[in-house]
Amino acid sequence: MTGTTEVAARLTGLVAALRAHGLRIGTGETVDAAEAAAALGFTDRALLREGLAATLLHSADQRRVFDTVFDLYFPYGVGAPEAGAPGPATADRDHLRDRLAAALADNDEALTARLAIEAVDGLGGYGSSPGADGWSAYQTLERLRPQTLLARVRDDVRRRGGAAGFTDRLLEDEVRRRIEVFRRLVVVEARRRVAERRGRDEIARRAVAPTADRVDFLYAGRDRLAELRRTVHPLARRLATRLAARRRRASRGAIDLRRTLRGSLSTGGVPMRPVLRRRRPARPELVLLCDVSGSVSGFSDFTMLLVQALHDQFSKVRVFAFVNRVDEITGLLRHGAADPEGLGARIRAEATLTGWHGSSDYGTALGEFAERYEAAVGPRTTVFVLGDARTNMGDPNLAAVRRIVARARRVHWLNPEPRPQWGTGDSAAPDYAELVAMHECRNAHQLGALISRILPV
Amino acid sequence: MFTSVDDVSARLAGTGYLASPSVATTVFLADRLGKPLLVEGPAGVGKTELAKAVAEVAGARLVRLQCYEGVDESRALYEWNHAKQLLRISAGRDETWDEARTDVFSEEFLLPRPLLTAIRGDEPTVLLIDETDKADVEVEGLLLEVLSDFQVTVPELGTITATRRPFVVLTSNASRELSEALRRRCLFLHIGFPEEELERRIVRLKVPGIDAALAESVVRVVGALRAMDLRKVPSVAETIDWARTLLALGADALDEGLVRDTLGVILKHQDDVLKAAAKLDLDAV
Repeated sequence: MTGTTEVAARLTGLVAALRAHGLRIGTGETVDAAEAAAALGFTDRALLREGLAATLLHSADQRRVFDTVFDLYFPYGVGAPEAGAPGPATADRDHLRDRLAAALADNDEALTARLAIEAVDGLGGYGSSPGADGWSAYQTLERLRPQTLLARVRDDVRRRGGAAGFTDRLLEDEVRRRIEVFRRLVVVEARRRVAERRGRDEIARRAVAPTADRVDFLYAGRDRLAELRRTVHPLARRLATRLAARRRRASRGAIDLRRTLRGSLSTGGVPMRPVLRRRRPARPELVLLCDVSGSVSGFSDFTMLLVQALHDQFSKVRVFAFVNRVDEITGLLRHGAADPEGLGARIRAEATLTGWHGSSDYGTALGEFAERYEAAVGPRTTVFVLGDARTNMGDPNLAAVRRIVARARRVHWLNPEPRPQWGTGDSAAPDYAELVAMHECRNAHQLGALISRILPV
Repeated sequence: MFTSVDDVSARLAGTGYLASPSVATTVFLADRLGKPLLVEGPAGVGKTELAKAVAEVAGARLVRLQCYEGVDESRALYEWNHAKQLLRISAGRDETWDEARTDVFSEEFLLPRPLLTAIRGDEPTVLLIDETDKADVEVEGLLLEVLSDFQVTVPELGTITATRRPFVVLTSNASRELSEALRRRCLFLHIGFPEEELERRIVRLKVPGIDAALAESVVRVVGALRAMDLRKVPSVAETIDWARTLLALGADALDEGLVRDTLGVILKHQDDVLKAAAKLDLDAV
């Protein structure tokens, strides 16, 4: 390919970009990656990708970030595709659609990839003055509208008898997935073209989505939330092992002074044998009080699912949801019955959470909780309040919080907003933070770390 | 051991292990760079099989350390054979202390456990450390020395260094986060579910006699199930089981009744079965 220094610079650039996205890669791994590249050569890009991934990555969820960054630093080529002179845009578009439909029907991945490149080249460019021009995946897809090819591709495959019998019912979903693959290819290609124009370091820093567990709950889109939901069970399993380890450790160590002194009577008051405190194997109770109003529902849903997946770690878990009224939703979350996708909608449909108006009101909701469900909170109960503490200018009702704090063993408040935003606008976070321990909990990564630390054992 | 990535694929395929490009590349690199290979992935995608296949290809012996909660140094590394030492001491009554001591702590009384066995041999060795995540954190510390320098220190005997580095494969189900230090020493390989085409080849290899069209429909249905949000998605092992079941039932094409009756082979939870049945438009199960 090119000189050694160029390759080394490319590789360290890649590593720097990955580090900027929170991947921890040491010098040793970079050296390994270079050795891998030397062993594999630069002729086969797919091999190089796998080789670098094997040496640089440490877990599977980093792969997505890696793939995007790799495409920027080791692009398959430079500049525009070497096609013939582009024809007029409209004819081009219909022609492209025809070929795309054929490629999707054949499930020809190589051709689909090539078409994605041509599509961005033909339809994605905007602007003409240098500095203001670029390549847009959005514009390409808007013009090409690959999703409208679904019926055509499906009928095409059917006509050829490609899917008869039982598997015919799978066809539509399969075509949909192929179209989704094409869309992703277009995004990748547009990013490559932009990176050529704007400098790849900048694009690598800004235009690469972070790993799922570092996406802010408050700004996560629908598909990122779906991706997050799939991590609930693995995360719960990891947390459960961590909790079990903490429990094991907690059960030894503390000296029971009273029983040590009592035992020392037989040795004339000299405490020869220390007696350790025995742990009551009582499992703690948990009460979850979740704000499920639109702004924070992604966060609440995720946390509810996580706690539910951890349910065998507790003797009792009760979950309450509120917007401006409180209702118990433990039943909706019962193991197995919970369909994570429709959870939020079901909660809003089946529980009484709003009265008079639809915006969240912490004061009223907390007051109602303290009033109606006081019995749910006892000296063994740890209460988690999930929400952004934005009261819509209402009364924060600190008295109700004090009442809950007085009854419960511990009260924690998990706030999905970044700490600097607490107390801005209608946020009553500082007021609440004086009464209960409030933690910033912006993404799944933080939540996992927090839960393994503060969950009672 | 291998000359190129294609060589890896071809020779693994010869033992009945069809490797995806990423698996073949990483195995090639692990061999070339002499680094341990950490394999993660869902259950039933062939993590352990990979180690066995590599051992077969290389004509190496396979040494396996099965990790579990509570596995410790004496189970993983070595142990002194106390009973035999006692016998030895009581047999030689008139010896001086120095004689007895040097004799009792000699190789004869050492019980090598998997890690030491793998390091000591002269023949080519594949060391499989299975389900590393089940072991306690202390064992990881033990592995660090073994995996970075391929040596083991026995205080009474000195340091034993590998004359021939074993090819090390660690597998993990990610039930616990392995420490960063351990991960750093390894090449990382995530084996996911195979692509449709590869899985079809796997099914036809593992279930000889299955009709090509049936194999294709089986793989497509499993692919559809994996796209659903299930509690336990079917793995390659389940695909093969299902194909075997269908073959045993003498089926030559899938139909609604057949899928409904055999869905239990691929899905292990009742709610998953119900959900899949609804999504696949099967009649009530």
